[in-house]
Amino acid sequence: MDLFEYQGKQFFASYDMPVSPGEAVTTVEDAVAAAERLGTPVMVKAQVHTGGRGKAGGVKFAADIDAVRTHATNILGLDIRGHIVENLWIEKASDIAEEYYVSFTLDRSAKKHLGMLSAEGGVEIETVAEETPDAIAKIWVDPVNGLAEDQCRQWVLAANLNPDVTDQTVDLLLKLYGAYTDGDADLVEINPLIVTSEGRVHVLDAKVTLDGNAGFRHDLDPFDATQPRDEREAAAHAKGLQYVGLEGSVGVIANGAGLAMSTVDVVNQVGGRPANFLDIGGGANADVMAGALEVINNDADVQSIFINIFGGITRGEEVANGIIEAMNRVDISSPIVIRLDGTNADEGRALLEPHLSDRLMMAPTMLEAAQKVVALAEGTGS
Amino acid sequence: MSIFIDENTKVVYQGLTGSQGRYYGLLNRDYGTQVVAGTNPKKAGTDVEGIPIFATVADAVEATGANVSCVFIPAAGVRSAVLEAAEGGVDLVVVITEGVPMHDEAYFFNKLKADYPDVRLLGPNCPGLISPGKANIGITAGHIAKEGGPVGIVSRSGTLTYQALYELKQKDIGCTTCVGIGGDPVPGTSFIDCLAAFEEDPETEAVMMIGEIGGSAEEEAAEFIAANVSKPVVAYIAGLTAPPGKKMGHAGAIVSGGKGTAQAKMDALAAAGVRIGQSPSEAGDIMAEVVAAL
Repeated sequence: MDLFEYQGKQFFASYDMPVSPGEAVTTVEDAVAAAERLGTPVMVKAQVHTGGRGKAGGVKFAADIDAVRTHATNILGLDIRGHIVENLWIEKASDIAEEYYVSFTLDRSAKKHLGMLSAEGGVEIETVAEETPDAIAKIWVDPVNGLAEDQCRQWVLAANLNPDVTDQTVDLLLKLYGAYTDGDADLVEINPLIVTSEGRVHVLDAKVTLDGNAGFRHDLDPFDATQPRDEREAAAHAKGLQYVGLEGSVGVIANGAGLAMSTVDVVNQVGGRPANFLDIGGGANADVMAGALEVINNDADVQSIFINIFGGITRGEEVANGIIEAMNRVDISSPIVIRLDGTNADEGRALLEPHLSDRLMMAPTMLEAAQKVVALAEGTGS
Repeated sequence: MSIFIDENTKVVYQGLTGSQGRYYGLLNRDYGTQVVAGTNPKKAGTDVEGIPIFATVADAVEATGANVSCVFIPAAGVRSAVLEAAEGGVDLVVVITEGVPMHDEAYFFNKLKADYPDVRLLGPNCPGLISPGKANIGITAGHIAKEGGPVGIVSRSGTLTYQALYELKQKDIGCTTCVGIGGDPVPGTSFIDCLAAFEEDPETEAVMMIGEIGGSAEEEAAEFIAANVSKPVVAYIAGLTAPPGKKMGHAGAIVSGGKGTAQAKMDALAAAGVRIGQSPSEAGDIMAEVVAAL
């Protein structure tokens, strides 16, 4: 899960890294009050789960309280790449002498942790990687051995930073690696990591993605509460379903992530637009199916529903009974097309047969089912 | 022949006394797999329907000769379970559990590589593997697979693997071994490991590969195929129309920064001479053509 900048800074601060004092606020009045407590000048920064805040006008320097009021008013409610700003971070402004970049993430090919450090911070690392790849010093860290101090020092020296801050930087990067591993982060990125005019190395921005799977050893609830999730995703999440909201009109239910992805693909391939990705997992029993149908049914954009189930250990009869029972429990407003295959598919289809109508149809293959369900969504099918 | 497991494989289930472990462990035994032991430090000396429970994998290996472990332990315990299995002396550790933290996966993958280089890890978050007619370890429905050959299957996705096995069986095509490598960021066994093993296996004459978006494992497999695989390979990649930045169910299935797209994977594989199906069924049809021409 992606953290807001201010949450990322609090996360870094808990690993003893130097961040600026600041306050998270949601109103102009609170922004002004925070700035009065912190003392101007301050930065007024939009908190959104996307990049490009600066270019969109979401990060402003405020020399005095009037400027804080003006900027906070302008930034709250701003649309940044489809994200509406609801939270601001008011932070004591820093004097910047130099801007660096640093990050740790998993290199999936090398199966080791990859650290990237560059003296060219403040711009997108993708741009640096493209234009001046030599400006990025990379280090691969074996997860078993961890990051040793001398290894970290070599890495810092290789990045050609200001030699006066080598010791401070080594210290900070060791802490950053600790935050990355002990904090179960998928990504930690500081851009820019700055050297202040007084020569102190300091965290000026924070991009942190935490691993939701590590919830058994960290309290992730505060971060979970601020995840951007549309209503459909929140409802599915509450039912324990794997759901990703899309923007089309064909509701998709499948068992297994691969099959669900494949179903989304085939709907697109025949010219339809899927409303979602929904994986109900292996079982496909009545409870899970009813929950999935409720989520899809509450999506006003859905015009037709594609249920794509492959029976493995769960037999076709069980799947069919699950669908029939779920339909009795949920009042479905869109027509359904079912493709049922795999273990005892014939027996399952026979059970569904008496329930078939212009509201509930079957098709023998994924492709035929997709064509039928897309025609229904567009009002051209029957 | 088959790869990784066969009729002589003896399996110990870590977590056999739990509900999932018991359910699939017994199903695997019904299939004909030699399920020789389970572990649970608190229930050593008891049994699950005649399968003896030991305190540790080492005890189970010593008493039963188990050479493979299958892990059904909840995510929080997987890291220590994998290390226990490797230390206990098995050759293969199959981790079915999903939701294992990335840092745990990265740790035990590298720990095994350094300290137990001869131990193979499969998973986490995988359906396991089956050599039809010989052994079935994990959560695959054994009866949907036809035994024999000539096709070997390797896949990142569970249900699509079952689909592939089932379609091949419907076309009367057998499978030597079907390996589900799982959808997590640090899979213990890669496409390349499986392709290399299938290339060596005389009974496997063609390989079906099922990939999905995210990472670069398929691109790396394409390079390996071009240089090292003489047998025909047919592939299907899921997620062609997946939106960037969204995890599609699996932790590893995400297109980020324009990388890991299905199209790039298909292009790389096609350039390596792999025939690509646009849907799982089309991949099955292509494989039927390939098998007919063998």
